Amino acid sequence: MSLTDKDKAAVKALWARISKGADAIGADALARLLVVYPQTKTYFAHWPDLNPGSAPVVKHGKKIMGGVAQAVTKIDDLSSGLLELSELHAFKLRVDPANFKLLAQCLQVVIASMFPNDFTPEAHVALDKFLSNVALALSERYR
Amino acid sequence: MVQWTDFERATIQDIFSKIDYDIVGPAALSRCLIVYPWTQRYFGSFGNLYNAAAITSNPKVAAHGKVVLAGLEKAVKNMDDIKTTYSDLSVLHSEKLHVDPDNFNLLADCLTIVVASQMGKAFSGDVQAAFQKFVAVVVASLRKQYH
Repeated sequence: MSLTDKDKAAVKALWARISKGADAIGADALARLLVVYPQTKTYFAHWPDLNPGSAPVVKHGKKIMGGVAQAVTKIDDLSSGLLELSELHAFKLRVDPANFKLLAQCLQVVIASMFPNDFTPEAHVALDKFLSNVALALSERYR
Repeated sequence: MVQWTDFERATIQDIFSKIDYDIVGPAALSRCLIVYPWTQRYFGSFGNLYNAAAITSNPKVAAHGKVVLAGLEKAVKNMDDIKTTYSDLSVLHSEKLHVDPDNFNLLADCLTIVVASQMGKAFSGDVQAAFQKFVAVVVASLRKQYH
């Protein structure tokens, strides 16, 4: 389900409205992931504190959103644009790709709760497609 | 049998006492038809589903959204035996409507998004976890009579 020009425009438009809150979105989405899908905590066993609002969660949420921001700028060619991130996730982090879908869902829930008027059904379908394609690009180097 | 914590029970009752079924039902169903367009296959008789605007303003979609929420209310009122409560509904979806049960998860996701937009900050991580657990039990119960 590749991104049409309409999808790309919708994603960029939504991003323009929400990017100021990117850090908060990232922190909330990651915190939610750990609470709603507790199996994801297994990737962060080395953190002292996995609770929402804790320093490592907030910091890492910000980092994740940095990746999303990068993906938006590389929306025309996600597989090459996210190559380094894919190698990181494939060879170093070795995150099971099923988890990308879970984080994508949490991101959308956060955006819906923070920006209900902007997260229209049209914006939702475009973002859902975009995040699926980001997940695919991140999985690129896995095998 | 599903074990519910006090928090989960209270959260589900609270959410469903606060949301407007006439808004949430239609919003969730229309969002599902827009975000996952292949789900439209089950609604051939609903008329114009050609684009998001048509779907959102389609009266049959709205009416059916309310039917879906009314069905969900049965689960809210019978949290300790959703499986039995939904036995007939499960048979209906399998043998009469022929709905691929994977679609239940898609509608569930859209419902979560709509409730999140209604509740804003109040839809915390813990509330989301409780809501998704409830919805997962509903989906599993609807799948039960598929053979």
